[in-house]
Formats: sequence, structure tokens, C-alpha cells
Amino acid sequence: MVSADNIAGIGMSAPDHAAQPQDPAPRQVPGDLPGRAQQDDLLALLMRLGDDHLILGHRLSEWCGHAPMLEEDLALPNMALDLLGTARMCYGYAAEIEGSGKTEDDYAFLRDGTAFRHILMVEQPNGDFAYTILRQFFFAAFMHPFWQEMTGLADPRLAAHAQKAVKELAYHIRHSGEWVIRLGDGTPESARRIGDALDALSPYVGELFETDSISIALTTAGVLPDMEVVQRQFDATVAQTFRAATLPDYAPEFAHSGGRRGRHTEYLGHLLAELQFMQRAYPGQSW
Amino acid sequence: MSDANSELTPLWEVFIRPRTGLAHSHVGSVHAADEVMALQAARDVYTRRGEGVSIWVVPSASITASDPAQRDENFEPAASKIYRHPSFYDIPDDVGHM
Amino acid sequence: MYSQGLIGADGRTAEDQDFLNRFQARIDDEQKIEPNDPMPEGYRRTLVRQIGQHAHSEIVGMLPEGNWITRAPSLRRKASLLAKVQDEGGHGLYLYSAAETLGVSREQMTEELLTGKAKYSSIFNYPTLSWADIGTIGWLVDGAAIMNQIPLCRCSYGPYARAMIRICKEESFHQRQGYEIVMKLAQGSPEQKAMAQESLDRFWQPVLMMFGPPDSESQNTDQSTRWKIKRFTNDELRQKFVDATVPQAEFLGLTIPDPDLKWNEDKQGFDFGPIDWDEFWRVVKGKGPMNRQRVEARQKAWDDGAWVREAALAHAEKRRAMAAE
Repeated sequence: MVSADNIAGIGMSAPDHAAQPQDPAPRQVPGDLPGRAQQDDLLALLMRLGDDHLILGHRLSEWCGHAPMLEEDLALPNMALDLLGTARMCYGYAAEIEGSGKTEDDYAFLRDGTAFRHILMVEQPNGDFAYTILRQFFFAAFMHPFWQEMTGLADPRLAAHAQKAVKELAYHIRHSGEWVIRLGDGTPESARRIGDALDALSPYVGELFETDSISIALTTAGVLPDMEVVQRQFDATVAQTFRAATLPDYAPEFAHSGGRRGRHTEYLGHLLAELQFMQRAYPGQSW
Repeated sequence: MSDANSELTPLWEVFIRPRTGLAHSHVGSVHAADEVMALQAARDVYTRRGEGVSIWVVPSASITASDPAQRDENFEPAASKIYRHPSFYDIPDDVGHM
Repeated sequence: MYSQGLIGADGRTAEDQDFLNRFQARIDDEQKIEPNDPMPEGYRRTLVRQIGQHAHSEIVGMLPEGNWITRAPSLRRKASLLAKVQDEGGHGLYLYSAAETLGVSREQMTEELLTGKAKYSSIFNYPTLSWADIGTIGWLVDGAAIMNQIPLCRCSYGPYARAMIRICKEESFHQRQGYEIVMKLAQGSPEQKAMAQESLDRFWQPVLMMFGPPDSESQNTDQSTRWKIKRFTNDELRQKFVDATVPQAEFLGLTIPDPDLKWNEDKQGFDFGPIDWDEFWRVVKGKGPMNRQRVEARQKAWDDGAWVREAALAHAEKRRAMAAE
């Protein structure tokens, strides 16, 4: 498990948990009036989650009209719309917490790259269909147990959203997982391509499970699932699917890190130039 | 188109049950290599607006259809058997609903 | 979305008069023709061509609008646009399905699109240059499509009519989505309003061309109308469209770029200026601003997807073999 530095992602000063990462001070759970520190943690979490979903949804939506078959031209946007829905929930919730008249769009369109807090995997260009579908599978295999755990946790908004998201993600796992199997156990070319995709994506998987003082504090407060629990389920899902796909055991040699601290790859700037074009070119207007 | 693509991806007929209590009815078709893919495609294509609670997919090639040329011999004989319908029988209103 | 008047269908047919009369009697009786029913070859050919043009229009139509999904100015707009472009793909799929009931495979249809043998709506050979174009397309192109598609729900060929019913139901949000975008611009800042007007200026003529050549030049309208494949002529639909659209533009405070546009009390409709049919035919014949790029994009998707489709078939074969053991 990788540990990231502790910097919250919303352009506000970072809460300082560095002194007590193993033994955080007692915290109020949401539902009670949350303490200021915990509110900052919750905001940081909403940016992380929101950005993961927004950026991956953006990548997925690039396929619309260009998929390998018409049926997939419908399937990929279905998943993209689910992701976009979760991003909007996160930003909308964050706007309510911040309470300064911000809207969901402010988070998506008016932050610069270093303020984004998504993992590096989701901003990588789509590559071929094998890369796209394997990335989707990894993300879904992580998010499904994540939301499943979240349904029983303390933040009512997130727990309620989890009820919906867990169903969406179950389908994402099934759809992308079946494709992983089909490509792994299809033709020599498809097996080579999914193998290449696995090599390319493996270093980005570890970041999914990264913890830092923010996430540890939120887990302790009963707001965020225990990443070890999520990872166990992720590993089981991946192992089962990879076996059926005749893919080698998934064993990453190392993990990239940095997204949760705003240290991204060069691709993000270009993605944002596209995503934010209208709001940047015509500031302050309503659409 | 290359020769490799000349093999056709099979066609499947899609049937959807709009809600429990209703029968599955035909809504259209999808292309898919196998039944797993066909079911997912049917879900993604035909239930985007909550149109269903259950899906059947059937290989189009497995459907045997009656011959339209035999339509008259198949279906017209039934038209004259009006005694199969309740309205054929005269029951006085006084008897009540029957 | 689609509305092109059918281009170049060949309704000639060689069946004996008795057969044609019996077929026509069924059509006149508003009976639907179903896939296995006997039908004149000209009827089948006309339908294949029309459904094909319609399906290809939906598929190619994903490209100009898809061009703005990643740049939509708000998350709400992004979600609607993505759902809308996805719908267009779905509509293409329903229509390919309808064509397949006439014995033409999707692969054949795709090949005809990619080789340029089959046509699609000329409007999609124009580029989407500004966000306002997404509004304009929804408002005008989908608006034009609705004019054409609603009567097609009563088309004599059952599978086509059924596909159209589904399509019309789903498309009811498309035009409203587009109009709302344009309205927001028209009521916004001066530069937003200018963006909307510029887009309307650029699209107005091409949109009128969507209905296809004037009735005086359209060889096949008569036969298609008799067979109830087509239920209104190109000019009738164009007129209906102009009459419906002018007040919508007035409501927005936008100017329709036609100095000859004026109300005609006698015909209870608007007169409008001449349409540049030379441009129309140039675009139909492949010389529009985006013809080459549209087909190349579809070709690339098809070629890049070949290994995926092959893998799916190979895997299905392996599973069948496993199940048989």
C-alpha cells in the first residue's frame, strides 16, 4: 500500500493530520455537526471521487461514435453516463458543504490541473479497445466493493448514493469483465493486445488503494471504507476474471503515485483544455 | 472490407418484459457473437429508459415462422367458429354476470 | 435524426399486374406489410434504400454532435448530449435491424456506407464549429427529422414503422434539448446571442436542403407515395417545417437569414427564398465540407474494431466447443 503526501485537493489549505496518522484524534461522525477538520477531509474525498469519475467518464465518452461495433457505441456511453452521474453527485455535495455559491460546474471547469485529485490511470489516453476495457474493468472492480462497503457507512449522502452506484458498477464489472475474458481468450491478436494493455496499466493500479492521512482519518471516522477490505475483493474479482481470460496473474512491479496530490501526467492538461474550453473562453456565462 | 470480416456476427431477436405480470414481447434485434454478449447488448440498447425488467434473446436463425402464403388456410378457418366466443350465447340479463 | 428526401431510389418492378394490384389493394387498405409477405421487388428495393439512408444518417450523425461531447459547457449539457448522441446510435441500430428483415445484413449496409454507394443525410457533411451548432442541430435538424419521421410511423412496412415509433418516442427530447440550448444563448450575453445567430445563418439553407430535392425534380416520390413508404412530398414537408420554425425563431429573437421570407395569407404559410440546389447536389455527390472526413471516421472505427469483432467470434466459438464436450 502506497502512502501519499497530505494535501487536500480543492485549493484550500490542507488539514494537517501528519502528526497523528496512526492514531487520529476522536472525530465526530457526519450526521452530527461535523468538525471543521473532518469537513475538509470530506471535501477532499469528494474531489477525489468526483475527479476519478469525471475524468474517466470523459475518456469513455470519447468513444461515442467510434466503437468497434454499434452495440458498443451504446454500451460505452451508458457507463460514461453512470460515471458522470457520480461526479455530479460529488461536486454537488461539495458545493453544498462549501456553501459559497459554488456549483458542480465550478469544480469541473474552473480548477487547474494541479487541483485535480483523480488517480493517474483515468487520465491516460484511451489507447485501443483492450486498454479502454481493461481500465474500465480495474476501475469497476475497485469501485464496486468500495460502494458496497459505503452503503453501511456514516455519511448519509454517500451511503444513499452507494445504493445506486453499487448496481451500476456491478454491471460495469460484468460488461467490461466479459470483454476482458473475450479478448484474453479470443484470437492471438486480441490476447496480445490485452496483454499489452495489462503491462501498460499495471503500474497505475496501486494508486487505487493508496491511503494517506486524509483517507485514514475518514476511515477511522466511519466515512470511508477500509481500503484493505476493498482490495481483497478487488483481488478476488480480478483473479477470477483473469483466470477465465487466460491472462497471467496480476502482479504489478511498482505503482505510480501522485494524482491524489495533484501531480499528474502531461495528458491531463490537454484533457482539461478540451473539457474546460467553453468556460475558459467565455467566462462567467450561463449555458 | 477484408475477408476476415466477412464472417457475420450473428443476429439475435430481443424480447422484453416491460414489468412483472406482462409477457415478454419482441422489441427488435442486436448483433452479438454469443448469448452473453447478446443479453448485454439488448440491455444497453433496448432498456435505456427503463423499458424492462427481464430480457430474452433468441438466435434469429432459431425462429421458425409460419408461411405467409399459408395464412388463409392457417388462420381463416378460425374466423367462422364464432361459437368459441362468449357473445355467441344468449343468456337473459336476469341471470346476472356469467 | 433524419429527414433527407430519398435520393435515387429505383422503384421499377417487374411483377405481373395482377400481383401488383393485389399488393396495392393491401396497401390501400392500410394493411402493414411484414417481412415474409410477398412484395414487389421495387418496393423491397426502395425500402432497403430508404431505411439504409436513414440508418446511415443516424450513424454518421453521431460524428458532428459527438464532436462537442468532450467540450460541452456544463455537466448537465454534457450528460444530455452524450445521451442524445447515444440515442442516434440506437436509432441507427433499430433501422439496421429493420433493413435486416429485408435480407440485407448490417455488414452489407456498412460496406455500402463506407464505399460511398449508400447516401446519408447531406446535413452531416457540414461541420459543427461552435457550441451553438449543437443547439441548432437539435432545434432545426431534429425538428426537420420529426416532420419526416412522424408520418413514417405509419409507413406501410411493419418493421420500419415500428422502428420509427420507437425512434420518435425517444427523439421527443432531442428537439427540446436543442431549443433549450439555443434559447439560453439567445437570452444570454451579446456574444452568446451572436454565436446563436451565426450558427443559424450557417445552418438554415443546409437544413432546408435536408428535405431533399424539390418535387419537380424528384423522380420517385409518386411510386413511394402510392406504396405508402413516403407519406408527404419533400416540398410539403419543407413548407411545414418553415411554418413551424419561423415563430420559434421569432420567440428567440433570432433572424432567419432569408430576405424573401414572408407570410403568405393565401396559402396560410410562409414564402421563402430560393434554395441553392447546386450546393445540395455537390454535397450529395461527395463534395461537401466534411464528406471525406465523415466516411473516414466510420471507416477507421470499422477497421480499428475488426480485431475486436473477430475476437468476440473466436471466443464464442471456443465456448460453443467447450459446451459441446
